[in-house]
Amino acid sequence: MIADHLFFTCINILLAWSVYAGLLTGSLSFAQGAFMAVGCYASGYFTAKMGMPMLPATGLAALIAAAIAALVGYPALRLRGIYLILATLGLTFCIRVLLENMEFLGGIGGFGGMKGGDLPKAAVAVALIGLLLWLLSISPLQRVFDAVREDDRVAAALGIHVTAIRLIGFAAGAAIASVAGMLYGHYMSFVRPENFDVTLSIYVVLYMVLGGVNNLYGSVLGAAIMTLLPEYIRFLADWRPTVFGAAVLLLLLFRPDGLLAYRPLTALARHGRTPLRSEV
Amino acid sequence: MDRKPILSIEQLSKHFGGIHALKGIDLHITAGEILGLIGPNGAGKTALINTITGFYRADSGHIHFMGQPLIGKSLHEIGRLGIGRTFQNIRLFKRMSVLENVMVAQKTFAAHPWKAFWGFTQRSAAVDEAMQWLHTMHLADKADVPAQTLSYGEARRLEIARALAGYPALLLLDEPAAGMNETETEDLIRDIHTARKWVKAMMLIEHDMGLIRSLSDRVVAMDDGRKIAEGSASEVLDHPEVQKAYLGDDE
Repeated sequence: MIADHLFFTCINILLAWSVYAGLLTGSLSFAQGAFMAVGCYASGYFTAKMGMPMLPATGLAALIAAAIAALVGYPALRLRGIYLILATLGLTFCIRVLLENMEFLGGIGGFGGMKGGDLPKAAVAVALIGLLLWLLSISPLQRVFDAVREDDRVAAALGIHVTAIRLIGFAAGAAIASVAGMLYGHYMSFVRPENFDVTLSIYVVLYMVLGGVNNLYGSVLGAAIMTLLPEYIRFLADWRPTVFGAAVLLLLLFRPDGLLAYRPLTALARHGRTPLRSEV
Repeated sequence: MDRKPILSIEQLSKHFGGIHALKGIDLHITAGEILGLIGPNGAGKTALINTITGFYRADSGHIHFMGQPLIGKSLHEIGRLGIGRTFQNIRLFKRMSVLENVMVAQKTFAAHPWKAFWGFTQRSAAVDEAMQWLHTMHLADKADVPAQTLSYGEARRLEIARALAGYPALLLLDEPAAGMNETETEDLIRDIHTARKWVKAMMLIEHDMGLIRSLSDRVVAMDDGRKIAEGSASEVLDHPEVQKAYLGDDE
């Protein structure tokens, strides 16, 4: 029981991080459910149908998701704000319809036969991806991402290839979501396109917004709270969307940057100094 | 000092709807010089900097920078070729610290995402170099404060430090002394003199004639999208057309 809850907490942490990776450069994506589906189906096809071991299947699936993200992202990432949100929402619908019509992936009936997804593997994935994101947060690349998010024209004038940087963030997010999809599929052993509904993409964004958008710990906190709370406070389970909505509303009113918004530790690690005041 | 142009502009035009911001500008900047660019508001000075750096797309004309055509190149390509700039309406990364604003412009990281990802291994060298620029611009004691807390004069000096961190060959300063008091302007003149060592040439848009006189080797005056005079500071300021277009308005 508790292993199940922790497994889904790990999945949701990965998904929240996948949104975080895109948001580092200012691109808010509502397509993470779609990239999760790509990772789930692609890795499932490789392991269940082709008998490939899980690790290379995961890697290949992540590459496919990143490639799709790069392909779609190249035109879409020129869009900003509400237009990018609509484009990524559109992608979520597209991928679902595509999967429903791909007979070799089971179509609307679903796809099964994957096995071997469990909590230890999910925990390792969270640890490894968390480590990579932490390395990023103390590296100069984080500053380049920050610059692109804050003023992309000025960043470009400094010699930063803004489109490339945005694509890196977006594709990395897609790859992370595909790892979550791989774990999910191999845990459930049977998935259907409707598992990757647009509400999933929206929830995932809310996990991250709730926890805090400008550091990687916020996503962990947000995903953990919103996954575990309804499980342990049973009467909340039915009210989940309501509680969720109210929590986000309250948060946006009183802590618009999320629960964990302060970033002094990463700043300290990045250049060995602490800013005198909050960076936010 | 050699006299070959580092930047040459021929017949550059730019319009926005019915407004012609640049009407066939010819201009060159020689290696080693500071070129002052003056003219009344709306003369097209900032439009010229924006067109050189790729913020605006030119309608017609040519721009060559160290032998390379700039027309059609994107912002980051022009930045990497070695043109740095500041902004009339200061555009710092407000949420970053002063030090980070300089570090983000360091070319090893700005131009190479992969090197930037592993760049924390060379952190101290990068910090030292960035601190040098802050010392040059007399901002070292502000290194760790958020850029948005700087005073007007400090923010303008930080923009120069940020531009210098990318080792530009050509530095374009858009009204660096705007809104500064006399002491701040004197500090700025001193700092621009120091900055001169690091770049091949500078172009300086300014309304403060004291600053133009003390810094520029040569002055170009613009009015209504055209070049109306060119020469030494006193020649240009005494030029009847300049007096009519620019100084005449004040009196």
